[in-house]
Amino acid sequence: MTTIETNPTAVPPVQPVRKRRQTPRKTAATVVWIIGIVVLTAVVLYPLMWMISASFKPSSEFGSNQGFLPENPTVDNFVKVMEGVAGIPTWKFFWNSTILGVGAVIGTVISSSMAAYAFARLDFKGRPLFFTMMIGTLLLPFHVLIIPQYMIFRNLGMVDTFFPLLVGKFLATEAFFVFLMVQFIRNLPKELDEAARIDGCGHWRIFWSITVPLIKPALITSSIFAFIWSWNDFLGPLLYLNSPDNYPLPLALRVFNDQSSASDYGATVAISVLALLPVMLFFVIFQRFLVDGVATQGLKG
Amino acid sequence: MTTGSAHAPTHTRHSAEPGTRPADPRRTGGQPKRKGNRENLAGYLFLSPWLLGLFALTLGPMLFSLYLAFTDYNIFTAPEWSGLANFERMAGDTIFWGSVQITLIYVLVGTPIKLAAALGVAMLLNFKSKGTAFFRSAFYAPSLIGASVSIAIVWRAMFSADGPVDSGLSLFGINLGGWVGVPALIMPMMILLAVWQFGAPMVIFLAGLKQIPTELYEAASVDGARAWRKFLSVTLPMLSPVIFFNLLLEMIGAFQIFASAYIIGSGTGGPAGATNFYTVYLYTRAFTNNQMGYASAMAWVLLIAVGILAFILFRTSKSWVHYGGDTK
Repeated sequence: MTTIETNPTAVPPVQPVRKRRQTPRKTAATVVWIIGIVVLTAVVLYPLMWMISASFKPSSEFGSNQGFLPENPTVDNFVKVMEGVAGIPTWKFFWNSTILGVGAVIGTVISSSMAAYAFARLDFKGRPLFFTMMIGTLLLPFHVLIIPQYMIFRNLGMVDTFFPLLVGKFLATEAFFVFLMVQFIRNLPKELDEAARIDGCGHWRIFWSITVPLIKPALITSSIFAFIWSWNDFLGPLLYLNSPDNYPLPLALRVFNDQSSASDYGATVAISVLALLPVMLFFVIFQRFLVDGVATQGLKG
Repeated sequence: MTTGSAHAPTHTRHSAEPGTRPADPRRTGGQPKRKGNRENLAGYLFLSPWLLGLFALTLGPMLFSLYLAFTDYNIFTAPEWSGLANFERMAGDTIFWGSVQITLIYVLVGTPIKLAAALGVAMLLNFKSKGTAFFRSAFYAPSLIGASVSIAIVWRAMFSADGPVDSGLSLFGINLGGWVGVPALIMPMMILLAVWQFGAPMVIFLAGLKQIPTELYEAASVDGARAWRKFLSVTLPMLSPVIFFNLLLEMIGAFQIFASAYIIGSGTGGPAGATNFYTVYLYTRAFTNNQMGYASAMAWVLLIAVGILAFILFRTSKSWVHYGGDTK
């Protein structure tokens, strides 16, 4: 392992003198480090590996085959699961989840970027107070709101529609995204805004032509989080969606789980795998954006 | 939190600076006020979706739920004022106290373990400066999916009788016969699920560790400090703002655990109330029993509990959180 030498900042200044004596010890430390980190990775990823492997086990092997790999791998679980539940085919649940996810992304990106521009760039009355409130909602337990919100949407006749699940996204109620974008906009050079202003651009123009293109990384991060959170959300759909026709995946999974967990582990695990697949795909493609988004979140807190 | 009226934009001054384009003569003189009004208007316009959300979906509902907490309300008939009846009932509700107990154990035991794991792994990753991106992402993955129904189902399957955890333990001669049906084993199982999601705080710790100046460690080495001493005297104090941030957010998040507990207990809170976490009980009271008044009272008790916790953390933070003079 020569990775240490290539990075000058990681090398203590006394190193050159002792190089001969330190190298073997450093190599040994690196080997121990690698073993440790690989074991840790195996432990952390084990549940995911197990879940994928188990989804190919015939149901009869649950309980009898304690091994990691299926003895007779089969795709029966997936075939069976695609038939659906409660008379609704499984693709319908995917479709519902997709609509909710895409709606959440559009709403979140528009409303949060607008709010963030106001907080980061505009000097209006009450800004410090509103900003504090925005941070406060980060800490507010969501459960204080569910009963009155349910009453509102019930009175509007919106129960069992997607409206209650999406409207909050278009009103930037998730402060995490606003905060993330505020941090990002604050780090942009103000000179661009000022040049545009001198050229006669209004705020809307500056926001649209300068800020939005420059905060693209934050918009991508927010989009992925918004999609995944919507995709995984359980409480919201549980509250508002009654008819199986409208179920997104988490509710369908719950029905599967309650109906068949004792008798049919294979199918239940298979649909869990299918439901996580899009999330994992997004994660593999956009991991950098996600991890960096989380990292910046904490820095200025 | 830097709300920063300090870095309020001062365009008027800039436009008059030499080197920029000649300022529009109409825009000088008596301008600050006009600019102020226009900025106000623009600010509220850009903020309008958020403001609507704040009042219609957050502040309004909060106040209304406070009112409901003092009423008897079943959603079908109008709320009836009942004074402190809900709170008195809560005091004598053994199921309520059971849910408080397991939620507090989960928050107060689970969160420190999770954060210790996060810090430990962050330091392990920080040991090397290159080649860690893959591991950082791999460790983060569970945080993204850990609260989903899929993972709750998998967790339940893994810890059931004949599941991989049980058969793994039986190699060491430990035969528990599955964790899911045993009330005493549900809590360790839930805490393990929380600890498994150490990735998000780990990423934040890692970013904090990277900001600690290496000179501090070098100076400590010159003074003869060993690794443990450096950890106590350099790492922990320098990281304390990040520890504080993680502790606050993770604890508040832990109070609100819902989906995993609901799925693992099949929505019943069972076995023997072991998955009847605070929010699960609140949901049951509100939407299964239609006791919206009682549930609203529970919600406000939760809010106040979280508020007290945050207050305690902020108050004690003065003695253990160190904000460096130049790190901003």
